[in-house]
Amino acid sequence: MMRLPRFRYLAPRSLAEAAAALADLGPEAAPLAGGTDLLPNMKRRQQTPATVVGLRGVPELRARSGDPGRGLTLGAMAHLSDLERDPALAAWPALPRAASLVATPPLRNMATLGGNLCLDTRCSYYDQTHEWRESIGFCMKKDGDVCWVAPGSDRCWAVSSSDTAPVLCALGAEVTLVSKAGERRIPVADLFADDGIRHLSRRPDEILAAVHLPPAAPGERQSYQKLRRRGSFDFPVLGVAARVRLSGGGAVESARIFVSGAGSRPQEARAAGDFLVGRRLGEEDVVREAAGLVAKVAKPMQNTDFGLSWRKQVAREYAARALRELAAAG
Amino acid sequence: MAREPGGGPFGAVGKPLRRVDARGKVTGETRFADDLALPGMLFMKLVRSTVPHARILSVDAGRALALEGVRAVLTGADFPVPFGILPVSQDEHALCTDKVRFVGDPVAAVVAQDELLAEEAARLVSVRYEPLATIASPEEALAHPEPRIHDYGDGGNVHKAVGFDFGDVPAALAGSDRVFEDLFFYQGNTHLALEQHATLAYLDPDGLLTIASSTQTPHYLHRAAAKVLGLPPGRLRILAPPQGGGFGGKTDPFNHEIVAAKAALVTGRPVKIALTREEVFYCHRGRHPVLMRMRTGVGKDGSITGHSLETLLDGGAYGSYGVASTFYTGALETVTYRMPRYRFRGCRTFTNKPPCGPKRGHGTPQPRFGLEVHVDKICEQLGRDPAEWRIANAVAPQTLTANWMKVRTIGLVRCLEAVVAASGWKERFRKLPRGRGLGIASSAYMCGAGLPIYFNDMPHSGVQLLLDRGGGVTAFCGSAEVGQGADNVLAVLVAEVLGLLPGDVKVVTGDTALTPVDLGSYSSRVTLMMGNAAVEAAGRARERLAAAAAERLEVPVERVAFGGGRVFDASDPSRGLAFSEAVQRAEAAGGTVGTVGSYRPPPPPSRYKGGGVGPSPAYSYSAAVVEVEVDEATGQVRVVKVWVAHDIGRALNPVLVRGQVEGSVYMGLGEALMEEQSFRRLPPRLSGALVHQAPSMLEYKSPATLDMPEVETILVEEPEPNGPFGAKEVGQGPLLPIPPAVANAVYDAVRVRVDEVPVTPEKVLAALKSAGRRFGPDSFPAVPWPEALVVPPPGEGGDGSAVNEPRREKARPARRAEAAKP
Amino acid sequence: MDAPLVPLPASPREKLRLALTVNGEPRDVVVESWKTLLEVLREDLLLTGTKHGCELGECGACAVILDGELALSCLVAAVECQGREVTTVEGLRDGPELHPLQAAFADHGAAQCGYCTPGMLVAARWLLDRKPDASREEIAEALSGQLCRCTGYLQIYEAVESAGRVLRGEPASPPRLPAVHGGGGDGA
Repeated sequence: MMRLPRFRYLAPRSLAEAAAALADLGPEAAPLAGGTDLLPNMKRRQQTPATVVGLRGVPELRARSGDPGRGLTLGAMAHLSDLERDPALAAWPALPRAASLVATPPLRNMATLGGNLCLDTRCSYYDQTHEWRESIGFCMKKDGDVCWVAPGSDRCWAVSSSDTAPVLCALGAEVTLVSKAGERRIPVADLFADDGIRHLSRRPDEILAAVHLPPAAPGERQSYQKLRRRGSFDFPVLGVAARVRLSGGGAVESARIFVSGAGSRPQEARAAGDFLVGRRLGEEDVVREAAGLVAKVAKPMQNTDFGLSWRKQVAREYAARALRELAAAG
Repeated sequence: MAREPGGGPFGAVGKPLRRVDARGKVTGETRFADDLALPGMLFMKLVRSTVPHARILSVDAGRALALEGVRAVLTGADFPVPFGILPVSQDEHALCTDKVRFVGDPVAAVVAQDELLAEEAARLVSVRYEPLATIASPEEALAHPEPRIHDYGDGGNVHKAVGFDFGDVPAALAGSDRVFEDLFFYQGNTHLALEQHATLAYLDPDGLLTIASSTQTPHYLHRAAAKVLGLPPGRLRILAPPQGGGFGGKTDPFNHEIVAAKAALVTGRPVKIALTREEVFYCHRGRHPVLMRMRTGVGKDGSITGHSLETLLDGGAYGSYGVASTFYTGALETVTYRMPRYRFRGCRTFTNKPPCGPKRGHGTPQPRFGLEVHVDKICEQLGRDPAEWRIANAVAPQTLTANWMKVRTIGLVRCLEAVVAASGWKERFRKLPRGRGLGIASSAYMCGAGLPIYFNDMPHSGVQLLLDRGGGVTAFCGSAEVGQGADNVLAVLVAEVLGLLPGDVKVVTGDTALTPVDLGSYSSRVTLMMGNAAVEAAGRARERLAAAAAERLEVPVERVAFGGGRVFDASDPSRGLAFSEAVQRAEAAGGTVGTVGSYRPPPPPSRYKGGGVGPSPAYSYSAAVVEVEVDEATGQVRVVKVWVAHDIGRALNPVLVRGQVEGSVYMGLGEALMEEQSFRRLPPRLSGALVHQAPSMLEYKSPATLDMPEVETILVEEPEPNGPFGAKEVGQGPLLPIPPAVANAVYDAVRVRVDEVPVTPEKVLAALKSAGRRFGPDSFPAVPWPEALVVPPPGEGGDGSAVNEPRREKARPARRAEAAKP
Repeated sequence: MDAPLVPLPASPREKLRLALTVNGEPRDVVVESWKTLLEVLREDLLLTGTKHGCELGECGACAVILDGELALSCLVAAVECQGREVTTVEGLRDGPELHPLQAAFADHGAAQCGYCTPGMLVAARWLLDRKPDASREEIAEALSGQLCRCTGYLQIYEAVESAGRVLRGEPASPPRLPAVHGGGGDGA
C-alpha cells in the first residue's frame, strides 16, 4: 500500500492562526485543504512537507457573502461538489459546469475551490513515484535539474490542469491571499505564472482564502469545454473557458477566453477575444476564425495524455465548441 | 455417471440464483489476501531495479539494517534456484542474482515492523549497477543479438521462434482467385485487476510453511515455491483466497510470493507484502504487443484457399508463459472459418520491459483482431456482406482443422445470425449516415488447455465430496475463485446431481493442504474441467445414496430420483427420504460417504511438436456487432451499442454468464479504444531510462461508467457433450470479437482503416488525413524463421505429425485415434 | 461546525488520540499523524471491508461515506476525522439482513470478484440516500468514480435501480437475463 511520509499535523482554529503557522514554519509547511492533490503528491514523495497545516477547522475559509447583483465571495474551502449543485451560482454557469467536470464525484466532494486553483502543475515525468523518477533521473521540479519535456530548456513545462482556473480567469474573478503580514486581493489571472515550478504568485506563507465572483452582467454568456480521454477521472488535456457580454442587438461587447491544460498557466486568447468584439456568435465563420485564434495560444507539450500533434489539431475544434455553446446559451 | 439434470422441483443448472459466495462479497466479509493479518506480522517491501538492463555489482543493505525495527534484508544470494511457470523457461530468480532486466525487477527485500518503515528502509538499500545496452522493441531485439537479455532461447534476443506448414500455402495462394495481404499491430495492455497482488506467509502452529496469496494457480505456486525454497511440497501449503480479479495477471508464480515465504522462514514471523499499483504494472504478464502479417488466398466463391500468418511478439524481460503465448498467436486461427491450408510463423523476443504473459484470451485476441479486420477488407473487396461471408464460411461441427484442432460443437453460425438480427444489420450496414457505423466480428476460444503445463498422466482437476449425516455436502477442489464464479460452478453442479440447491453445498477451494489438485483458473478451464470432476464425484455419491434409498424404498435403483432435497421413487414421488436420511442410510450401509471425481481431457489429435497448444475438449464461439459514432473533426470514437452472442453450450447460471460476457465486452472495449501498456525511453545521450510510461490507475486508461455503452447479450445454447451438462467457457471468449468489430465499425462510419489497437482518436484522425485512409504498421522486419515443421492437414493425409520431425514417442495411440474420430 | 481537533503532536513520532464514529459506534484509536482513514479502518479497526486499488484516489475502491458525503478514505488524513461520522460497507446493514443494495448486488450479478463492491455499494448508498429514484444516467454519473474491471457496470446499474425500488417500497426487480437461443439438443 502506498503510504504518506511522516509529518507533523497542525490544526489551526482561525485564519490568523493558520497564517501564523505558515509564517513561522516557512516553506517546510504545506497547507492542506481537500487533500486530493497534496496527499497523492506526498504519497509519491513529490512533496514531503515536515508539517501539514490542516485548514479544515478554519471557519473563515467557509464563509460566503454577496449575491449575483453585487458579486459573490466564496470561501476557498467550498467543495467543488457544493459549487456544482449550488443554485446561487446560476449567474456564473461556467463555474459549476467546470466544477462538475473535475475528476470524480467523491473527489469533488473532498476537493475545494481554493485547492483546485492552487493545483500543482502536472507532468507525466513528474506525477510519478520517487522510484520511477529515480529511474528516469530526477527532474528540475523535484530533486533534479533537467526538464525531460524539453531537455534543453532552463524552465519547467509542467501543465496547469485546473478546470476552474480558466473559468475564473475568464470571469474576471479575484482571490484574496492572506498572510501574517496582511492580505491582498488580486485578479485570478494574476495568481498564475508561466512556469511549471513557480506556477503561483501565492507566496508559501499565504493562504488563498476567498474567491470573488464579479457581478453577473446582463447579456453575459459563459461556457467551458473540457477535453479528456474518459468521461470522468481525467484531468483536462485542454480546457477552453469563454465569457462574452452581448449588446442588446446581439453583438459581442466584450469577450475573454482562457485555455488550460496546454501550458504552465491558463493562457488568455486575447486576439480571439478582441476579434469577437462587435461580431455575432451565431455566424459559423466568426466562430471558426475566433477558434483558430484561440488554438494559437494552446501550446501543448508532450507531457500529458494524448499525442502532442493531435492535441494541437483538436484545440481549434474544442474552442469552436466553446464558442458555439456561447451562441446556444441564449 | 449421473450427468442428466436432477429434474427435481428445485434444479440448479440454468437457474438465475444468487451465487454462493455473494453474501461475503456484498457485506465486505470476503477476505482477500491483503485482508488477512496475523499477530506479530511483519511487512515486506521489495527494492526494485531503477535501471532497465544492468549487471548487479553490489547490494549494500547496511544502512537499512541499521534502522530500528528492520528485521531482515534478503538479496539474490538467498535465492540461487531459478523458477518460472513453464518448464522450458525457468528464467526468474525470486530476487535478481547477477543481472536486472527491466525497471521494476526486484533486487532485494526489506522486512520491518511496519510497512512505512520497510519502505523507508528499502530506499536506504544501495545497489550499484553496471549498465548494459537496452532492447526496447522486437525490431531492436532482432537487430541486436547482443547484449543478450537471457543466455537461453532461440539465439540472440529471440526467445522462441516457431514455424508450421499445414499444407503448401504458397501453392494455394498461387492458385487462388485473389490474394490479400495485411499488416496489423495489437498494442500490449494489462489486466488491471482492482485487487493488487498481496501475500501473507507464515509458519502455522504445526510448523507448516503457509503462503496465502492472490494467485489464480495455487498448484503452480506450490511447485515453484517448493523448488526455490528447497522444501518438500508436503511441508508447504498454498492458500488462494478469493481474488479481486485476475484476468490472467495472477497465473504466474511471482517473486514476492516466494520472497515473503523465505522471509517468514528467516524471521520466524508472519510476513505480509501488498504490492502497490505501480508494482502490479511491473508484475504485468499482460497482453503481448504483437505485429502481424497475414496473407490469404480466396477462390471464386470467396472461400479461403490458404492462409498465412506471421506474428512477432514483444515478450518483455522474462519467459513467463511466452512460449505458449507464441504458439497461441497461431493455434486458433483455423477454428472459425474453413481454411484448408495454413502457414504459421511466430517469434517472441525478449525486451527490457516487464514480462508479458497471459491476459484474457491469451495470445489469441491479437491475431483474432487481425483476421477479423482482414476478413472485413476481403469482403469489401469481394463485394460480400461480411456477416453473410462469415456464416457461409463457418467451420462445420466435428471438423478437424488444418492444424489438427478438433472442433466438436460450434454455435458460430447461430451467434452470427443472432447479432445480425438483433442489430438490424441487414437494414443498416453500409447504410448509416456518415459518422455512424456498424462492424461485425466473430471468434472462438478454448474451454481449457488440452495438455497440462508440465507433462504428466494425472488429472487436470479433482473434486472431493464429503456428505454429512445432517445432509450437508462439502465440495473440495483446488480451484481458485478469481471472481468469475468458480465456487458457484462447483456448488451448482454438485447440487444439480444430488437434487439440492447450490446454497446447500459448502465449497472449500484453493488450499493445497485440503483440496485435491486443480490446475487453476486459467485457459477457461474451470467450468469444463472442474465441472466434469464435480459431476463425477457427485455421481458417485449419488450412486451410494441411490442404492441405500432403493433398499429402503424397496424399488429398483434405476427408479430412484433426486430433487428438492429428497431422494424418492420416480414412479411415486410421494415415497421418498429426506436427503439427510439417504446419507445416513448410505453411511450405515457402506461407511463414511466421501467420493472423488477427476477429469482429464481427451488427448489431442495433433501429434506434432507444438501441437499441444490449442487443443481443447471444446471451443466456445462468439460474435459481436458494434455500433460507433465517429467525430471526423477529432477522430474520437464513441461506442453506441454492442450486440454480442456467445455459444455457451449451456448456461449454468444465466446471471453470472451474462456478467462474464459483458465483462469481456467491457475489457475488449478498453483494449479497442484506450488501454495501452506503453513505455518511455529518453535520448540515450541524456539517460539510459526505459520506463513504463504511466504505471498508475489514472494514466492507464480503463473505461469508467460513463465510457461504457449499452450491451445486448444473447446466449446460444448448443450443449457440448464434453462439457458438464453441456456447458462451455464464457470468461474469455466474448472479449475476442470486440476490438475488430470496433475497427470494422469505424470503417463503416468514416471509411478509414485503423489496423492497430487501440483505435485512438489520434490514429483515426491521422487515417482521415492520410492519402491511404489508413493508419497501421507498414512493415514487418526480417525474422530468422526456423525450418518449419511440415504437417499435412487432415484432408491431405497424414496422422497429425510432422513429416520432417524425428518421430516422437506417442503416448496412448489408442486414445489419440479415438479423439481423432469425427 | 466540526468537533474540536486534536492538539498538536510534539514530535513526528508521537501518536494522536482520535475519537470518531464508525458505522454508528464511537471508536477511539491512537494513530500516527500520517495515517490515512483507509489505514485506520483496515489496520486499527480491522474493518477490512473497505478496499484499496491505488491509494491515490484513482480507482474508488476505498470509498466511504464521511459526514454524509462520499469520500475516498485513501486521501483523508485520519487526524482530520476527529469527531466525524464514517460509514463503511460494514455499516450498510444493521443486523443479519442485507441492505436492499446488498441484496440487489447479490441477486443481479453486480458483484463478480467483489473487490470494487464495497466502494460501489457505499457510492450507491450515497446516491440513493439523496435520490432513491435516480435515473440510469444519474446512477452512471454517481458511480463514475468507481472503477470495476469485471462487470462492465450494467448489472451494477440494474442492481442500484432494483434497490431503489425496494427503498421506495416497491418490489425488487428480478435479474435481467440474456436472451437464450436454445434448442440445440441435450448435451447429456
